[in-house]
Amino acid sequence: MEHISVQGHEEHHGGNKNEVRDVTIILSVLTLVELALGFWMFKSHMEGFLRGAVKGLIIILMLAKAFYIVAYFMHLKHEIKNMIMTIVVPLSLFFWFIISFLYDGSSYKNLRNAYDPYHKEQSTKKAQDQELHNADDIHLEEKKNPAEH
Amino acid sequence: MATTTISQDPKWWNGGKSPFNIEYGKVMMWYFLMSDAFTFGAFLIAYGTIRFSTNGWPDPNEVFQSFPGLGSGLPLMFVSLMTFILIISSVTMVLAVKAGHERNKPAVVKYLIWTIIGGIAFLGCQAWEWTHMHHEGAWWGRNPFVNADGSASTTNFTNFFFTITGFHGFHVLSGVIINIIMLIMTLTNVFEKKGHYLMIEKAGLYWHFVDLVWVFVFTCFYLI
Repeated sequence: MEHISVQGHEEHHGGNKNEVRDVTIILSVLTLVELALGFWMFKSHMEGFLRGAVKGLIIILMLAKAFYIVAYFMHLKHEIKNMIMTIVVPLSLFFWFIISFLYDGSSYKNLRNAYDPYHKEQSTKKAQDQELHNADDIHLEEKKNPAEH
Repeated sequence: MATTTISQDPKWWNGGKSPFNIEYGKVMMWYFLMSDAFTFGAFLIAYGTIRFSTNGWPDPNEVFQSFPGLGSGLPLMFVSLMTFILIISSVTMVLAVKAGHERNKPAVVKYLIWTIIGGIAFLGCQAWEWTHMHHEGAWWGRNPFVNADGSASTTNFTNFFFTITGFHGFHVLSGVIINIIMLIMTLTNVFEKKGHYLMIEKAGLYWHFVDLVWVFVFTCFYLI
């Protein structure tokens, strides 16, 4: 019968003071960069490709923050590989979820805009116009039914 | 009978030991958090799908631009404060878990109290934001905001906002309650009698998960 004692079992619980401090600084800096990008995106009224690129960059920074929280704060990086895999592998389903669902949404929008002109007209009409229309309707109704008021 | 000491590549699946090398309760907490991640993921992907299938969408910087006491026209300011509150409370939770490893009861108590204060501060911020938005006429089924291109917006925006931040806020609330229970158990020496503070670690995992979800909610609703 073999008796195995594994070295560095519960003992090496990583997370020394320096690691906590470093991860805190990294998370704060990443958040500040995200906020700066978001603010820049708002102030410069950028459109098209550049806007998409900045949004992509913000998402990459978000994933980096998620990695630091899970790996160091939640300590997953210091667990053994079996444990890491049992958490990370199921979550990789998200790749498929995100790609397929967002593609589906985008495809629905394009098909609807192509084949439902009424929907396209309604959903791109300025809100102010609609309010004016409603105001006109109320006005007309008032004229039609003066007795009620 | 041989007693071998192996430092790398032991046969984890031969039986006789936990193949994950961590305590049962922690494995279960991880699996719970994984299922919770799928719940939040489903919410956020539904939000993304609706957003991708809609022609216009409100600009978050036009919607979330108020700060209590400072008025409006300050996009991103209040939500940055909320984000930092949650990050800092996550850090104090790490320190509480670390103090638990060292079986340093006064430090565990101190850092747990800071974590609870951070959680309550976050909930207070969220309550203010919800109240403010409700005063502006936003609620489930009501959307006073217009899209970035000036077209009329659907209620999908407010429905998803209140549902997802509400679900997250409920997680923060339960996290605060769990942390308060941990504080009471620490103060009544429950963990000292047990001889370990592993329960704090499980509460810590949950609390970090709440912070993790906020990273995604914050990015998806306020930044992009």
